[in-house]
Amino acid sequence: MWRWLHPYAKPEVVYRLLGRWLPWVSIGAAAVLATGLVWGLAFAPADYQQGDSYRIIFVHVPTAMFSMSLYIAMAVAAFVGRVWQLKMADWALAAIAPIGIVFTFISLFTGAVWGKPMWGTWWEWDARLTSQLILFFLYIGVLALYHAFSDNRTGAKAAGILAMVGVINIPIIRYSVDWWNSLHQGATLTVFERPPMANSMLIPLLTCMLGFALLAGALVMQRMRNEILRQELRRPWVKMELQQGEQA
Amino acid sequence: MAMNPRRKQRLTWALGLIGGVAVAMSIILYALSQNIDLFYTPSEVIDGKGRDMTKPEVGQRLRIGGMVVEGSVRRNPETLEVEFRVTDTGPEVKILYTGILPDLFREGQGIVAQGVMVEPTVMEATEVLAKHDEEYMPPELAEQMKGIKHVNPNQPDAFKDKQS
Repeated sequence: MWRWLHPYAKPEVVYRLLGRWLPWVSIGAAAVLATGLVWGLAFAPADYQQGDSYRIIFVHVPTAMFSMSLYIAMAVAAFVGRVWQLKMADWALAAIAPIGIVFTFISLFTGAVWGKPMWGTWWEWDARLTSQLILFFLYIGVLALYHAFSDNRTGAKAAGILAMVGVINIPIIRYSVDWWNSLHQGATLTVFERPPMANSMLIPLLTCMLGFALLAGALVMQRMRNEILRQELRRPWVKMELQQGEQA
Repeated sequence: MAMNPRRKQRLTWALGLIGGVAVAMSIILYALSQNIDLFYTPSEVIDGKGRDMTKPEVGQRLRIGGMVVEGSVRRNPETLEVEFRVTDTGPEVKILYTGILPDLFREGQGIVAQGVMVEPTVMEATEVLAKHDEEYMPPELAEQMKGIKHVNPNQPDAFKDKQS
């Protein structure tokens, strides 16, 4: 396996590979996301008790879910970066963090906008909401630490430690609504049970989830390419790559 | 695959860090679990909460969360005053409130009220929030399956047959 993986540890190989995949993932993200959002926002039926307000679920649930998935991916990258000392794992950490910040922010914002008409409040210091806010600060902390040192490897090390420690927050967010009584309702989408949601709403929601997953993938891939270029700026292959880009 | 000793040391260190923080965090959360709960349930108000069964005192500020008891909503037609009872598994607490109720408020709905206990089982609320569950379905299906037809609670005739 290591022999097979070995060529992929080279920045230029990863850079080109991501460059080849990126257009397809981007097109897929745009198409699936547009389908899912139009379907959910315009064609899915209104909810029996929340009316049209529930439609914010089509943005809220995917961004909230992937804000956690991205954090796990970032923590795994940090772990690999610490234990196996792979530069590229450290760079992946820096590529994922800003996307995670944006996803977390969107989930908090759409949650507040949804909470006002339905619950009657923008914000409540409820276990789910508070732990998601902590996730937002963790992401900001990781990104800030990464860029806080003039030596890049020291920054990656510090950021990686915070990312690994912070991963404990993920199960807390996930199970906060089961462990404590809270204003936030329980999870609609679970792995083992059929979601208590009509199919006419569930299918556009799952479409939106796939769309947001592809979007997150495309953004992370683009940022990873940028980070590789930034780190390898003085290497000959980057100069060649840039010259080719100018000619094309 | 043989791991070189330095790498093994780093692996132990990283796993130890994550494990240590996880243990510390679980102990903290376990110790604080009562305080993380957003609200008291009506049974906890009446029978006491936690291992030492502490009951809220009259004059204490807290939140109570429970289901609005069917047929318990009484509203003054002249003002915004409303009273209702909430329950979870049996015991009921009466809530007095003056103000606009959230759109989702209805009998049988979960709510969270914040306010001051004026009697051992009566709370004067300053804020009433509605909870909703994780079920989503179109109105026709809900009427067919559950016999629920949602009406805005602030309409004058929302609880017409039960006005005092």
